[in-house]
Amino acid sequence: MRVEFLFWAGCPSHPEARELLDDVLAARELDVEVEMREIFTREEAVELSFPGSPTIRVDGRDVDPEGAALPPALTCRVYRLPDGRPSPVPSRQQLEEALLS
Amino acid sequence: MSAIATTPTFDLPGVDGRNHSLEAYADAPVLVLVQSCNHCPYVLAWEGRINDFQREYRDRGVRIVAISSNDAEAYPADSFEAMVEHARGAGYEFDYLYDESQDVARALGAERTPEAFVYDADRRLVYHGAVDDSREEEGVSAHYLRDAIEAALAGEAPPVADTPPVGCTVKWRS
Repeated sequence: MRVEFLFWAGCPSHPEARELLDDVLAARELDVEVEMREIFTREEAVELSFPGSPTIRVDGRDVDPEGAALPPALTCRVYRLPDGRPSPVPSRQQLEEALLS
Repeated sequence: MSAIATTPTFDLPGVDGRNHSLEAYADAPVLVLVQSCNHCPYVLAWEGRINDFQREYRDRGVRIVAISSNDAEAYPADSFEAMVEHARGAGYEFDYLYDESQDVARALGAERTPEAFVYDADRRLVYHGAVDDSREEEGVSAHYLRDAIEAALAGEAPPVADTPPVGCTVKWRS
């Protein structure tokens, strides 16, 4: 399994998202090395189809396929929690579904 | 405190179709400026609480004014048209102004969205920073903005005058 974690340092959400991802991986006993990649420029964002920070892909699939369709940008990404509230990090449920599908 | 000590002057278009100047809020015993925008998840997480504050403190004359200064060319979700739609959809009770030149954001020394600046009746800055200490409302234990508003209404200094704002960066023009 390949897990990529793309982030832009201008958004403060990536440490929280990485912690949540590590927690889910540990809880599911998934021994996976997460590939971290920092995005620095708009050109990189375009090249990597990076819709905002953080973006997490499992075997190339975004954990939030709907949000993945947004235009590339150096910005904080908006996720939706199961109850509909906006969040700067994906939900545990989104991560679990992506990692276990 | 990193922000400047007095209110910057402004005269900006609002989502209500009118221009709003600093002088228009002269009667407010407390003026709260909030650097904001449409697209940031941190703004989305806090805007409901900010709206509640305006509702709660309106009768005591407190005015909250949100200002978006983001570069709308690079971030079309923050265009003035999108601001009008966003404010309507979110039911904003406070004025929401567009600082296209980014002069107000620069004058404030703003860095993040949301970032609050609370001014007393003499328009001295009495609090700068985060709304509270938790993005999740149920996790809030320190009510920075509420405490600052209450203190300013009482003519006192707030218990906490400066906190680091948590949110997206202001999107400056390149």
